[in-house]
Amino acid sequence: MTLSVDEAARFAALLEENQDALVAAWTEQVAATLRGRLSQAELQRQTAELRRGFQQALAGAARDLSGESTAELRAQLAELSASRARQGFSATETAVSVFALKEAVLGVLGDYSSDAATLKDYVAFSSFVDQAALFTFDSYVRVREELIADQTEQLLELSTPVVKLWEGVVAVPLVGTLDSARAQVVMERLLQTLVDTGSPYAIIDITGVPAVDTQVAQHILKTVVAARLMGADCIISGIRPQIAQTIVALGIEFGDIATKSSLADALRYVLAQTGRKAR
Amino acid sequence: MDRVPVLKIGDILLVSIQIDMEDQVALQLQEDLADRIVATGCHGVIIDISALDIVDSFVGRTLATIAAVSRVLDAETVVVGMRPAVAITLVELGLQLPGIRTALNVELGMDLLARERGDDDGDDGDDVEGTDTPAVSTP
Repeated sequence: MTLSVDEAARFAALLEENQDALVAAWTEQVAATLRGRLSQAELQRQTAELRRGFQQALAGAARDLSGESTAELRAQLAELSASRARQGFSATETAVSVFALKEAVLGVLGDYSSDAATLKDYVAFSSFVDQAALFTFDSYVRVREELIADQTEQLLELSTPVVKLWEGVVAVPLVGTLDSARAQVVMERLLQTLVDTGSPYAIIDITGVPAVDTQVAQHILKTVVAARLMGADCIISGIRPQIAQTIVALGIEFGDIATKSSLADALRYVLAQTGRKAR
Repeated sequence: MDRVPVLKIGDILLVSIQIDMEDQVALQLQEDLADRIVATGCHGVIIDISALDIVDSFVGRTLATIAAVSRVLDAETVVVGMRPAVAITLVELGLQLPGIRTALNVELGMDLLARERGDDDGDDGDDVEGTDTPAVSTP
């Protein structure tokens, strides 16, 4: 059910006339759901702005939320949901910020004669608010998804450092589950570091990898073979007792790749290899 | 026709491949290199492929053949400067470069060759180099 032009105009007038009472009631409603996580003054400002947005949209004879005259209202709603999403409010808490307008309007309407026409007006207005709330929810979800995507990327960056241990020796301490996407990032970064630093040795430390299955072993093996093709040798270190048992039980063959139980052992091994050369 | 230049540095022949390895280029390089090894009596060949975007099975086989020919003429071959992307692609395709030694860059390649010669000349009593090699031959 869409708003007719004179219904919209009547509501615009209603929103204008009772602005103080509306904003107060509305703020109170929202404050009750948010339980003091936003200051009263901040909420007051937000609801006052939203009220002005709704009032202007309705005064512009908006029938639903897709028209030209509601562009500003949509922008306001998008901004509101974005800030709510970033501050960690739930979807319900965000949607209530808009839905509460209905309650507030009902409170104001009580002062007028309640006949069938008013009821019809209210239902039409209510569906307009519903659209606004749905729009808010959509923007909320979009912002949250962006946040999650950003965080995933940051996590990927964070979790795959390549550190220089010694002259000509770099190490990759792997922490967390190694899936295909991460394995790819690790491989690319390690190989690039080998080229950039001209290090002929790389140590892959899997102390922080919770479980090694055939998939993970496959990824590590690929990295080692690629490094060998480029002329660098890889040592796998940080193999915990249970992991060693799993590797044998699964029948994973590391071939002639050197495996050490700790990073210190691996470094000692590499230094022994290069030691005589350095002297 | 394009030709790949072969440079002599001390006891080493340096080949830097800057163009696409087509059949004719590869065969010509193979011939040139064999001629130069015999003419100069060098004992090491370094092939720099850092400019190559693509290494397919054909290029791989060519490199393997060059290495084999050089070995017959008593010269060790080291392939240097393979790009990470190339290495990843080779691994993903399951291609390997059998019988080819690799090193990260020309400098490490020269180190490797020098150490190899050092080992060979061990009987002369000037063996100050280690026996272990950091760069490994591919399986």
